[in-house]
Amino acid sequence: MNHIIKTMKYALPFIIILFVSLQGFSQDLEAILEQESSDTTYLVFGTFNGTRLLNGHSVETRKEGILEFLISHRFGRVNSGFDQLFGLDDSNIRFGFEYAMTDRLTLAIGRSSFEKTFDIYAKYRLAQQKMGETPFPLSITLFGSATEKTIKDYLPENKPTFSERLTYTGQVLIARKINPNLSIQIAPTFIHFNTVPFDNDPHDMLALGVGTRIKISQRVSLNGEYYYNINPFESMNVKNSLAFGVDIETGGHIFQLILSNSVSMLEKGFIAETSGGFFNGDIHFGFNISRAFQVKKTN
Amino acid sequence: MNNMRGFYFIVFGILLMHNISAQDKYLTKEGFVSFFSHSIVEDIKADNNQVLSIVDTKTGKIAIQLLMRSFMFEKALMREHFNENYVESYKFPKATFSGEIRNFEELDETNTISEIVGILTVHGKEKEISSKVTVIIDENGITLSGDFKVEVADFDIKIPAIVTNNIAKTIKVSFELHHEPYN
Repeated sequence: MNHIIKTMKYALPFIIILFVSLQGFSQDLEAILEQESSDTTYLVFGTFNGTRLLNGHSVETRKEGILEFLISHRFGRVNSGFDQLFGLDDSNIRFGFEYAMTDRLTLAIGRSSFEKTFDIYAKYRLAQQKMGETPFPLSITLFGSATEKTIKDYLPENKPTFSERLTYTGQVLIARKINPNLSIQIAPTFIHFNTVPFDNDPHDMLALGVGTRIKISQRVSLNGEYYYNINPFESMNVKNSLAFGVDIETGGHIFQLILSNSVSMLEKGFIAETSGGFFNGDIHFGFNISRAFQVKKTN
Repeated sequence: MNNMRGFYFIVFGILLMHNISAQDKYLTKEGFVSFFSHSIVEDIKADNNQVLSIVDTKTGKIAIQLLMRSFMFEKALMREHFNENYVESYKFPKATFSGEIRNFEELDETNTISEIVGILTVHGKEKEISSKVTVIIDENGITLSGDFKVEVADFDIKIPAIVTNNIAKTIKVSFELHHEPYN
C-alpha cells in the first residue's frame, strides 16, 4: 500500500507534465499555421453599394464583364401641390447601359428625358483602398463624361451645331471606407460648357462634392450627398445640389430612393443648373434601380 | 534524491520528444478547399487554393485555416456579396478546423480510408463535424481528400428571404490537401 502511494507521488508530476505537453501538441499546430500564414494584402470592397452615391457617381465600378442596366427617375417637386400629385405628374427618366471592360474601366451610354440629353462616360479606377501587409488608405476613381442636349428649344433659324450643345465633366472621386458601416467621399469636379446661357457666365466651372454612406443593416444604408458649386452661372439663381437617400441591396439589384433638390441626373445638370431650394420644399422624389448582368465569365 | 534525478530525466526526455516530434509534421500552404451550393435557381461554386494545413503524424492531429476572402467565384459580384453580406469577412476573416484523423497510425498503402473529426469554425461559430477522408502517404508527403456537408444555419449566416431560392441550405465542402514534410 505504502509502496503504491509512493509510486503515485512520483508518477503524478510526470502524468501532469505529459498531459500538459500533449495539449501543447495541438496548440503547436495552430501556432505553426499562424506563423506560416503570410500577411496578405487585400482590396477593400463595397465602399458604396452602387456606382452612384445618389445623383453623382461613387468610386465604385463593376467587375469585368458586368453589364449594368440602370433606370433612374426623378419626379417633379413635391411642393407643386395636389394638382400635380405632389410632383408625380412630371418625371425625368434616364436609361443607362454601363459595361465594365475591366475591373478598372467602365464605359457607359445613357439617355435622359430631361432636355432629351444623351451622355457617355468613362470611369477608371485609379487606386483601390487596401488592407493587410501593404495598406493604402483611399480609393480613387477618375470620371469623365460628355453630354449632348438634343431638345429642340431654339428657333429653326438659330439651330445650334452639335458641338455647341456639348458639355464635359471631369471628376476625381476620392473615398475611404472608414469602417464597414461608414464610408465617405469627396469629389473635386470640373465642368466645361461649350455654350453658356449668357456671355458673362463661366464656361469652366469648379465644384466640390462630399458624400457619405451609413449602413444601418446588412442591406440597407442611408446616403447623403452635397455639391458645392464654386463659380456658378451668374445669370441664374443656382442652388447647390443636396440629396438624401436610402439604398436597398438585394443580390444583383440595388434600389436607391432619393430626395433631392435637383431634377437632372447628369453632373452638368445637378451641379450647375439646380434651381430648387431643398429647404423651401423644392424637393424631387426619385429612385435609381440597377440590375447587374454578368455577360462575360471571369475567374 | 535519487528519485528526483529520475524525475528530471523524464522531463528532459519529454522536452527532447517535443523536438523530435517537430519532424513528424507535414504542411501545405496551397491546399484546395471548395464549396458548392445547388439550388433550383443557380449553382454556386467557390474555390480556395491558398489553404494552410498541418498534420502531425505522431498524433494524427490536424489544423487547417483559410482566408474567406481567398474564395474565388464564377461571378465577381458573388464574391463581394459573400464577403460583405454573408460571412462578414471584415469581422471573421478566417475559417479554421482543428481535429484529428482517426486511427492515423494504422493507415498505409492499402488502408487509406479514415475519418476526420474536429471543430470547424466559420463566421465565428464553432461546429463539430466529421468527414470521410482518403489518406495517401508516400515519399512526397501526405495527401488528404474528401468532402462533407454543412448546414448554413449552423454558422449563423443569414440569407434574406428574397434569395432563399438561390442558395442551398446544405453546402457541400470538398478538400484536397497535399502536405509536404515540414522543417
